[in-house]
Amino acid sequence: MGKKLLLEHIDVPGIRTLNVYRQKGGYETLKKALTSMTPDQIVEEVKTSGLRGRGGAGFPTGMKWSFLAKPEGVPRYLVCNADESEPGTFKDRYLMEHIPHILIEGMIVSSFALGANTSYIYIRGEYFYVARILEAAIQEAYDAGLLGKNIMGSGYDLDLYVQVGAGAYICGEETALLESLEGKRGNPRIKPPFPAIAGLYGCPTVVNNVETIAAVVPIVKDGGAAYAQIGIGKSTGTKLISASGHLNKPGVYEIELGLPVEEFIYSEEYCGGIKNGKQLKAVVAGGSSVPILPAHLILKTATGEPRLMSYEGLSEGGFATGTMLGSGGFIAMDEDTSIVKNLWTFSRFYHHESCGQCSPCREGTGWMEKILHKILHGHGTLSDVDLLWDIQSKIEGKTICPLGDAAAWPVASAIRHFRHEFEEYVKAGHSIKDVKHYYRINHLPEPAN
Amino acid sequence: MEKKYQFSPETMAVVQKMISRYPNGKQKSALLPVLHVAQAEFDGWLSSEAMDYVAEVLQITPIEVYEVASFYSMYNLKPVGKCVLEVCRTSSCWLMGSEDIVKHLEKKLGIKDGETTADGQFTIKTVECLGSCGTAPMLQCGSDFYENLTLEKVDRLVENLRNDAERRVYTKDQKVNMD
Repeated sequence: MGKKLLLEHIDVPGIRTLNVYRQKGGYETLKKALTSMTPDQIVEEVKTSGLRGRGGAGFPTGMKWSFLAKPEGVPRYLVCNADESEPGTFKDRYLMEHIPHILIEGMIVSSFALGANTSYIYIRGEYFYVARILEAAIQEAYDAGLLGKNIMGSGYDLDLYVQVGAGAYICGEETALLESLEGKRGNPRIKPPFPAIAGLYGCPTVVNNVETIAAVVPIVKDGGAAYAQIGIGKSTGTKLISASGHLNKPGVYEIELGLPVEEFIYSEEYCGGIKNGKQLKAVVAGGSSVPILPAHLILKTATGEPRLMSYEGLSEGGFATGTMLGSGGFIAMDEDTSIVKNLWTFSRFYHHESCGQCSPCREGTGWMEKILHKILHGHGTLSDVDLLWDIQSKIEGKTICPLGDAAAWPVASAIRHFRHEFEEYVKAGHSIKDVKHYYRINHLPEPAN
Repeated sequence: MEKKYQFSPETMAVVQKMISRYPNGKQKSALLPVLHVAQAEFDGWLSSEAMDYVAEVLQITPIEVYEVASFYSMYNLKPVGKCVLEVCRTSSCWLMGSEDIVKHLEKKLGIKDGETTADGQFTIKTVECLGSCGTAPMLQCGSDFYENLTLEKVDRLVENLRNDAERRVYTKDQKVNMD
């Protein structure tokens, strides 16, 4: 049984309420931080912990915090990124819905460490009901003197607000999120300047994912060194994994980083194997943006070692034979899945979500979607597969924000590992119905030869 | 004559509270939440008159409202049914059969994706990932999530909503039960 730091008390009835959360030791960490630590000491603990951003990029959190500019007389902001929109990812929703106070406690401790007196939680608009839960929990915290003026008699003041978005994946990108929080279109900003220098309203700002901020609570509670003991190598601590697709037990799991992928998929403690006794075909391990891997490469690395769920473990082999931990959105696909059609749903998604600012992304995502649709319906040519490869290579690295890369990687990896399947569709041509996937994905009985 | 686009005093108090969350002079930050309120108040969609009114409330120019309203997918820029059935179609939901859910709804309601029934009760809208991948397939109506859908569950949902006179909007939801 892996160690649980965030979901330890998830099964306790009423853990959503302040009372029960406090009975389980909640807000003791805040008390410790406010009464016995300086802001710099908290930043040091987070650095020592080795915590890396849990939203997908994996940047060391302590280092991000230490970049925050502190000019005299200028307010600083902490903004929590709860815009969770990466397909396959639903861990933040689960955490906020069931244990809202761990995020709020993390927000207060982190805001104190950064010297912010006003902080925002930016949550995606579709999670309206979760925003209501957060607002109710924040009200409980205000009523108990855990927010507002002179928190716990420490002299520290903090106001915490929830802001809802309105349906835009791009607002998960931190500068687009800040634009949106300022009441504008979610167009990412050109960096530099980074938010640590000029963020919300041009003031120094830190933007962190929900899970990252929640992880600050166990780090400050037991010390950064204790946190760094958990996990493997530079992948310290625990990670929430959102498991979905053809699994017997989909859901959110807290794993200790370094868990073998095979154990995660097949053990009863986690996903319990593939649905309906079928074989595993492929996995998207870290949200839609990361490269898809065929079963043999997700279970074992190219050198035959068991693949581990950690930042380094999943990226072992680079993009040639590896992938990324990303947001931890783990999508498993069984033997009957059409990789081409799954890719088309991803490409349609990125086309829909491109903000339209950079030409390679705005035009390229739509173009890729159209070509995939053409191939899928039996009108593709072999040169279309090469064209797809060419387009994705001309989006990657050529846009202001990483949405371009995110749209390119799934296409590149699907062609890299499943080129034969694209060719199968092309060769079937107008007799597309000869492609076995066609029958399966459309739930039609396969004809007997 | 009473002006059509006017928040009630109660709604205006809610809006003023939203504006107070931001520093002085940064009231534009409240634009997204205020547009949600306007959409809920003004028949589930944002006409240009409704957007002009929001601009007036926030003391910003109308174009600043239009450019935002047209950017985000949760704002409706034309009338929609009382119950907008937003069916997720991205990977995990597709893997678990979201196409069957959409086809079933289209057949049952006699309309296509993006259309509204003649009585104005239902709109079908396919949407991108709503963060409910582990409980796929799913749809959202108002702020409620309906998860682990089967065709039978969809039938029951449609029957329950068919005579529901209340418009389903994002800002209204089941009461938050903290226990």
